[in-house]
Amino acid sequence: MHSILAVDDSASMRQMVAFTLKGAGYNVIEAADGQEALDKARGETVDLVLTDQNMPRMDGITLVQNLRTLATYASTPILILTTESSDEMKAKGRAAGATGWLVKPFDPGKLLDVVRKVIR
Amino acid sequence: MGDVTNQGLQQGAFDLTQFYAVFFEEAGENLANMEALLLDIDVAEPGDEELNAVFRVAHSIKGGAATFGFSDVTVLTHELETLLDRLRRHELTLDSVMVDVLLEAGDVVRAQLARHQGSTDVVPETGELIGRIKLLATGAKLAPAARAAGAVPAAAAAPAEPALPPGTRRLHVRVGPLEDASVADNLAELFRDIPSLGTIAATDTGVLDAEGFRRFLVTTTSPDSELVELFSFHVAREQILIEPQPAAAAAAPAAPEEDASFGLFTDTAAPPAAPSAPAAVATAAPAAEAPAAAAPAAARAAEPRARSEKAAANLDSNTLRVSVERVDQLINLVGELVITQAMLTQQVKDLDPAQFRALLGGVTDLERNTRHLQEAVMSIRMIPMSFVFNRFPRMIRDLAAKLDKKIELKMVGEATELDKGLIEKIVDPLTHLVRNSADHGLETTDKRLAAGKPETGTITLAASHQGGSILIEVRDDGQGLRRDRILSKARERGLPVRDDMSDAEVWALIWEAGFSTADKVSDVSGRGVGMDVVRRNIAALGGTVELESTEGQGTRVSVRLPLTLAIMDGMSIGIGDETYILPLASVIESFQVEEGMIQTVGSSGRVVKVRDEYMPVVALADEFRVPRLAPPDGAAAVPEILVIVEADGKRLAAIVDELLGQHQVVVKNLESNYRRVRDISGATILGDGRVALIIDVSSLVKRARH
Repeated sequence: MHSILAVDDSASMRQMVAFTLKGAGYNVIEAADGQEALDKARGETVDLVLTDQNMPRMDGITLVQNLRTLATYASTPILILTTESSDEMKAKGRAAGATGWLVKPFDPGKLLDVVRKVIR
Repeated sequence: MGDVTNQGLQQGAFDLTQFYAVFFEEAGENLANMEALLLDIDVAEPGDEELNAVFRVAHSIKGGAATFGFSDVTVLTHELETLLDRLRRHELTLDSVMVDVLLEAGDVVRAQLARHQGSTDVVPETGELIGRIKLLATGAKLAPAARAAGAVPAAAAAPAEPALPPGTRRLHVRVGPLEDASVADNLAELFRDIPSLGTIAATDTGVLDAEGFRRFLVTTTSPDSELVELFSFHVAREQILIEPQPAAAAAAPAAPEEDASFGLFTDTAAPPAAPSAPAAVATAAPAAEAPAAAAPAAARAAEPRARSEKAAANLDSNTLRVSVERVDQLINLVGELVITQAMLTQQVKDLDPAQFRALLGGVTDLERNTRHLQEAVMSIRMIPMSFVFNRFPRMIRDLAAKLDKKIELKMVGEATELDKGLIEKIVDPLTHLVRNSADHGLETTDKRLAAGKPETGTITLAASHQGGSILIEVRDDGQGLRRDRILSKARERGLPVRDDMSDAEVWALIWEAGFSTADKVSDVSGRGVGMDVVRRNIAALGGTVELESTEGQGTRVSVRLPLTLAIMDGMSIGIGDETYILPLASVIESFQVEEGMIQTVGSSGRVVKVRDEYMPVVALADEFRVPRLAPPDGAAAVPEILVIVEADGKRLAAIVDELLGQHQVVVKNLESNYRRVRDISGATILGDGRVALIIDVSSLVKRARH
């Protein structure tokens, strides 16, 4: 079973994402901010990281930068959830080493489509 | 952002409503957190942590609202987010007007959420507020007076995105290359001078980009030619590049499929190169993150954020959300257990201690463990007073502005815990008392200075545990009550008063219905309506309220409440063959009836004189129609006992046959299990399994004294 690390400081968003992914048969690990995600990522590897951008303690971009320094996360797909589909945001994500982005709000079906595209 | 409507709902296969409750709760906490941050913030020098935390509140609510399809919330929080984003980037400076607008916006979001939760049908009006937020986000300063509707330029009050009125277009305007970034600000001036032109918002950080360009988002009904014409006052025609803002889906630069809602950074997709290519700026939304701010943002992200961490921690991990019904079910079951335990204790109490040592020891342990279990379960329902107190800083802030007084609010003992059911019911009475203190208690600044007091008045809210009850005090250092005025008002109303009444008796008058000594009617505390209501509400919770006042120095109102409504200290009394419970808090004293003590007065009934006070006598056996036990043949009648009880400051003497003892009783609601019975407030189950009714002393006193 594929594992996905879902990172969002909003409990409702995290629940929605986790529920959707679990329903599609993925194993979901949740984290409430970048720091918690990084701590959890050090403990285990996952097949995909889905992270929000604006979070307390550590934001999404910083998380991506940190994850990419871990050998086990060198090639793991990482998607950044952003509210704006702005170029700057994307440029920052790309520079940090993210695999792609997903604009919030998204519906559960869209989420699954994208996840299926990046998890092999 | 373009499409922030309820696309989350379009997928029929997923039922998003199951996440609503979490979202509402989370949003509520976020709003409370934002309000606390804003009230606390140092306007002159706001901390990065605070600004970031407030930004994240708006951002988080917007994200959730967009996902779950609450588009009105999305629209408003989007504007808030835009403003807050510029604030946290230090592109704008905070001022108190902005804080007011942010607080107001928080209230409106709360109202919008309340409507979605179905607790109200009122659709909050947001157009004017959004106009002000947008105006602030452009860097304009609003004068405090401009808070009122009408002072906002029409241009700023443009309808909220994403719905544009017919004929309105949203355009990206690029200006450059320029020598000086501020030249382009003149364009914004144009829109300020010509309200009918529409709105303009910078989509950059106010500095020139690498090619010397500045970017704006313009919402207008005017044709391009007219805009170029106007703009050319300030910049050369060839420096103006106008292009329509395409739908968000039309032009995602790096997306392999024709879908802007997500994309992969594949190297095959050519990155947007030429700055003049429309696609390069097409998707830049207003308030988009600017490259220049990337480094500081990342640096700030690493800073400790104690407050937001705490808020995040509150939300989960250390806490568990459980419905109140489940907790109440638990409390009920423990109540049953307590009764069973009491029955066992009663059953074994006559056993021979030597023979049944182990059994008796076990029953003693059971009793102790049951008591601890009951306390632990009751504590689940206990929440800190800060739940109530937290609303007052905001209220005082608003009241101070409205009343033009300087008010400091001190809060003591916010951590004191009280039953959830009581907390909810004490909110209104406390609100009333605090309003009264602010409005009638505290003097105006001039009066205070004239009286030699500090110009800032202080209102203190204090909570503390005192035995089995909680004491909540509302104190102010204002003018105090005026004895002469209360007496003259009381005379006007035809109340029986004398000049030699004690202060306590005089103060007690203000609890009478409709009593007010306010000089003028104000919209803050109205026309004195309510002190009687406050008293009644508190009495309904089994509590009492007292007032002390010293003229010129202030007033103190003390509210005393039981910690919980589910268990109560009771005195069991025997009437005939039955047992009744009197709430211990209402029992003053008891003594045996001696001959000649009780006097019959006319036809109205019997009275007894206790310590120079006459009070009505009520035989509970008659009141509850309990058959009296006939004394055994030859024996003298059992002497009756008088129990003096008090409610709402009035006393009566109840005739009972026997005093059986004091103990804690688990209160069962009679109305939900049977029906309402006159003079009975509830029931409990005794150790021997029989039901005992709990006497409603206040109802009894009221009827006996009329």
